[in-house]
Amino acid sequence: MTTIDTASHAASSDAGVGRALSTVAAWATTSDHKRLGRLLIVMGLLALLAISLIGGLLGFERIDATSTVLNANSITQLFALNRVGLAFFVVVPIMLGLAVAVVPLQLGARSLAFPRTASAGFWAWLFGMTLVIISIAANGGPGGGAPKFVALFIASYGVMLAGLVAIAVSVATSVLTTRAPGMNMRRVPLFSWSALVSALGLLLVLPVAIGAVIYLYLSYRYNKVPFGGNTGVLQWLGFSLSQPTTFLYVLPAIGFAAEIIPVTARRRMPMRTVVLAGLALVGVAALGGVTQSEQILPWAGKGLNLDQFGTKFADLLNYAFFMALPVLGVLLVLLIGPLAFKGSRPKITSPFLFGFFGLGMILVGMLGALVNGVTDLGLRGTVFEEGVYTYICYGAVLAGMGATAYWGPKLWGRRLPENKLIGLALLGTLATVLSSLPYFIAGFADQPAGSITFDYSGPQNLWNVLVTVGHVAMLVTVFSFLGVAVGGFRRGQVAGDDPWDAQTLEWATSSPAPVNNFADVHSVTSAEPLLDLKPTGGNS
Amino acid sequence: MLALPPAPEPAPRRQMFVGTSLAAVAGAMLIGGMLALWLRFRDLAIAGPDHRWLPKNVTIPEVASNIMLLSFVGVCIFAQWAVYAARRNDKQHVGIALGLTALLGLAVINAQITVYVQMGLPVSDTTGSAYGVMFYAVTGTMLVLFIVGIVFSMVTAFRYLGGRTSDREIVTAHAIYWYFIAAAFSMLWFVVYVTK
Repeated sequence: MTTIDTASHAASSDAGVGRALSTVAAWATTSDHKRLGRLLIVMGLLALLAISLIGGLLGFERIDATSTVLNANSITQLFALNRVGLAFFVVVPIMLGLAVAVVPLQLGARSLAFPRTASAGFWAWLFGMTLVIISIAANGGPGGGAPKFVALFIASYGVMLAGLVAIAVSVATSVLTTRAPGMNMRRVPLFSWSALVSALGLLLVLPVAIGAVIYLYLSYRYNKVPFGGNTGVLQWLGFSLSQPTTFLYVLPAIGFAAEIIPVTARRRMPMRTVVLAGLALVGVAALGGVTQSEQILPWAGKGLNLDQFGTKFADLLNYAFFMALPVLGVLLVLLIGPLAFKGSRPKITSPFLFGFFGLGMILVGMLGALVNGVTDLGLRGTVFEEGVYTYICYGAVLAGMGATAYWGPKLWGRRLPENKLIGLALLGTLATVLSSLPYFIAGFADQPAGSITFDYSGPQNLWNVLVTVGHVAMLVTVFSFLGVAVGGFRRGQVAGDDPWDAQTLEWATSSPAPVNNFADVHSVTSAEPLLDLKPTGGNS
Repeated sequence: MLALPPAPEPAPRRQMFVGTSLAAVAGAMLIGGMLALWLRFRDLAIAGPDHRWLPKNVTIPEVASNIMLLSFVGVCIFAQWAVYAARRNDKQHVGIALGLTALLGLAVINAQITVYVQMGLPVSDTTGSAYGVMFYAVTGTMLVLFIVGIVFSMVTAFRYLGGRTSDREIVTAHAIYWYFIAAAFSMLWFVVYVTK
């Protein structure tokens, strides 16, 4: 018996290790879109913990402009890491992660198109991101003093972008080819539509950045002069980290906000085609990235000199095309969305609050970007730009957290506690405002961007204290959200198949969705196929 | 669970074709972006004190570069021949066409290496000119795209000749990829080898 017992324990232990290894292997080699999406979202949120901490550190450094805590090299690298990280470690992966996880479910598809390509893209992105962090930590980022690590930074930046391009190909192909029977492009759910526009935009913009990376890498290795060596890196890649290109990155967040509005109102989205057009208008931002140029309105001086009316009108037209059309797209969503609430009995939920506030923050950031480009205001090169960037990126993260809570039941089978999430939505919004708005004000006082030394009249300490508090508050928000999510998705309330009384196809399958998503292929006759089956029919 | 009306299994919507087309768009943006930067640097160099972009003592081997362009006419014909034969379930001709496509791809790579050898252009330039670096960057990227094309031809051939003859979509996608390469190389040929 003893022998048998011992053998039994050993077998049990081996089985435990084996099970753990097989779980790791299953996740590492997965081509299930729901797992891939979750990996991207979780990695993006974890990266945000580090990035918001860095934002807090940089804000803290700026509180007293006469003394420094970190050395000069570290400060240069932290600025670079903060800028690169917010876009490519956090926002783009979270948005693509949501698209990978949710889009096939919304389309009524059994899987993502090219799941192995998406999986390879995820690992390339993760590998590239890790090398970017290592190179920056070794003083090798933009402006860094360690030549080998600067070269490593440039190369790994390219690998990271290539990974994201691979995922974008998968997402775009899915929307174009795997829709359920009857789901024409006008019936595609708003989030999936925004994911398509964003993915197509990424396919246009990121390869241009990769081309610049190839030039930069060879130039840096063999001949540092033409592209400016270590200090020229961000100059050549800056277009991928500034406005209007960032509008493209956050487009799925806007799509989520548009998606949650009719669900909250429990009505069909009115003028749905116009909303689709609005989301597509945001995609115009891709052209800003493709041209690799800063969009500015070069007006200066007093009054409007009518002799130069033609030139000024042309400047305005050009500026409006690149910068104002995307803003118009968001405004269309915001103007039409509330019409869904007319005569309805809305049910305010935490995902709605996250989405609504996230959209608001993105809009403020976009309006800031519109103001920032006006040369005469003298805001370019000031912290106003940092405020714009933070508003847009943190706004997208807020919406991303809302989307995770909203679609969590389909991915994990459980719901998160509403009361905790509502508090986090409010805290996250406050954090975004605090970490951005003071820089809008300090920008008008000429506090320089990317620098910790400055001197201007006004309460400069106050603005930087507020920004520091804002970033720390965002850190707390994300940390708490991850805590709530880990607890809630493991042990929370079991979700029904349609816990939000929603309208789109993903809620027609069980929670969590099975491996192949749907037992049967569904036929769709409207943009809100589930609403067609409900007694209210979207007329609550 | 709400029961939506079941539908018959939808017809495949040419996933491989659409995916390859999107990848080709991304590739076109890659090469297009690189050529745009090339032209920008070229303009700056010509406007500079030396009024020249191509370094002294460097000659573009036009025979090899022109042969590369002409090879792409053959590549496109063979790739389309594979599509034509696949539609008629002519396995033998599909194999020959794919093999010839890959072979011409190899010939193009050989021509590109000949261009490198004949030019003898150093990557590093002590004068600070960007020409060497940019030349190897843009032509090297194109070379990688050629290699991907050859791998694509081989994978297509293995799949088709291995018995998946109903999988004609990959043969069409393969042709799309080579058309994209031909178009991208034509742009590169004009910008890099013709306008110099």
